[in-house]
Amino acid sequence: MKQELLKTTPEEEQSSTYQRKFEKVNEVINRLGRSRSALIPILQEVQEEYRYLPEEILTYIATALDLSPASVFGVATFYAQFSLEPKGKYVIKICDGTACHVRGSDPVREALLKRFNLEGKKRTTDDLRFTVETVSCLGACGLAPVVLINDKIYGQMTPEAINLIIDEIMKEDAEDE
Amino acid sequence: MAEKNSVLIDGQVVPLNGEKSILELTRKIGIELPTFCYHSELSLYGACRMCVVEIEGRGIMASCSTPPVPGMKILTNSPRVQRVRRTVLELLLANHDRECTTCDRNGTCKLQDLANRFGVKKIRFGERDLKLPLDTSSPSLVRDPNKCILCGDCVRMCSEVQGIGVLDFNGRGSSAQVTPAFNKDLAEVDCVNCGQCSAVCPTGAIVVKDETDRAWAAINNPEKLVVVQVAPAVRVALGEEFGLPAGELVTGKVVAALKRLGFDKVFDTSLAADLTVIEETNEFIDRLQKGERLPQFTSCCPGWVKYAEHNEAEYLKHLSSCRSPQQMFGSLVKKHWATELGKKPEDIFVVSIMPCTAKKYEAGLPQFTTDGVPDVDLVLTTQELARMIREAGLLFDQLEVESFDTPFGFTTGAGVIFGATGGVAEAVLRAAHELVTGEPIEQVNFTEVRGFDHRKEATVEIAGQEIKVAVVHGLANAKALLKELKEGKVHYDIIEVMACPGGCIGGAGQPISTSPETKKERAKGIYNADKLSQIRKAQDNPVVTKFYERWLEKPNSHAAHEALHTAYVNRSRINGEQIQLLTSKQKEQVDVAVCVGTCCYLKGSYDTLNKFMQQAEAAKVTDKINLYATFCLEGCEQSPAVKVNNQIINGVTPDQAEKVFKEKVLSKLE
Repeated sequence: MKQELLKTTPEEEQSSTYQRKFEKVNEVINRLGRSRSALIPILQEVQEEYRYLPEEILTYIATALDLSPASVFGVATFYAQFSLEPKGKYVIKICDGTACHVRGSDPVREALLKRFNLEGKKRTTDDLRFTVETVSCLGACGLAPVVLINDKIYGQMTPEAINLIIDEIMKEDAEDE
Repeated sequence: MAEKNSVLIDGQVVPLNGEKSILELTRKIGIELPTFCYHSELSLYGACRMCVVEIEGRGIMASCSTPPVPGMKILTNSPRVQRVRRTVLELLLANHDRECTTCDRNGTCKLQDLANRFGVKKIRFGERDLKLPLDTSSPSLVRDPNKCILCGDCVRMCSEVQGIGVLDFNGRGSSAQVTPAFNKDLAEVDCVNCGQCSAVCPTGAIVVKDETDRAWAAINNPEKLVVVQVAPAVRVALGEEFGLPAGELVTGKVVAALKRLGFDKVFDTSLAADLTVIEETNEFIDRLQKGERLPQFTSCCPGWVKYAEHNEAEYLKHLSSCRSPQQMFGSLVKKHWATELGKKPEDIFVVSIMPCTAKKYEAGLPQFTTDGVPDVDLVLTTQELARMIREAGLLFDQLEVESFDTPFGFTTGAGVIFGATGGVAEAVLRAAHELVTGEPIEQVNFTEVRGFDHRKEATVEIAGQEIKVAVVHGLANAKALLKELKEGKVHYDIIEVMACPGGCIGGAGQPISTSPETKKERAKGIYNADKLSQIRKAQDNPVVTKFYERWLEKPNSHAAHEALHTAYVNRSRINGEQIQLLTSKQKEQVDVAVCVGTCCYLKGSYDTLNKFMQQAEAAKVTDKINLYATFCLEGCEQSPAVKVNNQIINGVTPDQAEKVFKEKVLSKLE
């Protein structure tokens, strides 16, 4: 199964995805307009498409909005929601707010980092499947410690529980391919 | 309350006269509140919190961004204000690399000055241990992020005054930094090396690259004949470094100092400026008569030239092909004077003393060489010359004046006024009428183009023809002018552009000064020098005439072009960035690239790209085409540009797209 995960998507598929994405960037810019104030919504939608903000796309957006690339870069690095590094297909956000922290969010995080071999500052697996992040509060303190995987909330996590959830996701993912 | 329309500052009744901020008001009554991020020519920022005052009922407020309200009771030096100021300074210093003794700005640093002024003797918060790497990539500037206090002055200078925006904040909180886009080095982005960021930087976070060591090495090398040229703007500013008032003309002392430092020959760049006037005016007259490539833009300013190369590719052919005076000088020395002396270009070491940081970049350009040797070997700024004079222990104000050496020493007023905004235009106007008609003009002062207005205009008659002149300084003003030009809102025949506000006298290589008065005084000094000149017009310079006889034949001759003219490079391409949209799987394939750079984008290249995509799908050839969106094909003049295999096709507007696709792309697949 590991082998399968490492397999990159076929070239033609990649190319048509890229085309679709670039069209999407233009569609987003045209729809939201070219004023300064549209920058953040544009970045949000573009990031949804690419799962991160590639440099050439940021430069392209800067050109379209008549901003300097440095300013666009500034906005993209100011907000934690934007990423300039490719993120995994599954973004795992571990809540480390006070409630989650005291109920043991740290061991959950450690378990994930260990499982995905993420050392140092590395937060995304080489196969671009998983990204592990911490966030300050997900607003679900009653379920602490909480983990958010893409759009799904998992409450009362333990290292064992999160490993089971990851097993499940990997299985589904392999079936999808 | 004593009066209705007044406030109370430190117990003193102060009337209000429409002041926008409390800071403005305090300065009027002789209180100098400390600031880092407040500059009269930049927008309000209110970030550094140094200018805080205590307002009754409102507490501690930043005076720069608080408008005075009648009846306010303001304290500028209460114990609370003192405490807050000192804490702010301590916090800034805790985050700052405090290696003052080895810092280029030691002695001119505002942070150092204020720490001293407010008696900060101890920093309670320790020191930041993270050391970030220096950016030494630029030929002109060195960026040291460890000394940055995040006041944002450079950011606003670059975007508001220069209209570029090379630098901006990135990151947040304790990891916030001021950097070029994508944390790139300055040399990798569209920085024009004007150095205005370094001129407003209160600390040593951006400084002029110091190359005095190379000057000492050349002076101490017995095998080299070391000659030095001095730009016009230097002579009205160098005195400031030695306690003399701004604008004081110290030409003779500069020459004396350079000789004492060990330079073999001391020459004047103004002479080369006279030559520039002759070449540029003849070029202009030629274009005027042919009615082509107008308006003509000046090309003396390397900051402006690089800006145009990055952003105004379609106007590059409008730039005068004249080299700047610095490069004309270097070229004449290495190509002609060296031969006369029986020397090789490499035997002579040419140093320039310039008010400018971009000149360092210009001197390094590959086109400005003779037999592979740079025409100008080293550029030092006014600041660096001051450093050398101090190192040599010369008492500058006591030096006996000396005069420039021959042959590059005789100058006219026309060459000197190059140092101030409007000077090049004025010098050209002094020459144009005379060169066309042969009749001398009486009135040589064209005061409409002088002064510090953002845009200056004049209409003059040259041989019966009305000529419209525009002068701009500060690249944001140039950008605005170009926009109007493109929209057809304005019409000019000749346009002078200087990158720095005030022209070369306001260059970033000049002694550090934040007062706008300084520039005005320097400009006064320049026009004073002009008034004192025996000869006011470039065409009357006997040495220039002799140069034409000896070396250059006549203006715009082949020999003159070889030595004094140049060509420009389109730099609008963003390195190595293209987006692949279709990838061919077949052996038989075509590479198609559509430019989505600024010029082409604005003319609808994105729609062209979309049309191509639709066409490819309709013709079922998506697997036979490598389709790219690329960032510049350097065909900006006739944009949108498209590249098919290795052929560039210009003017592919969206309505042309279908035709071009069929003829140029599909035909190759049949």
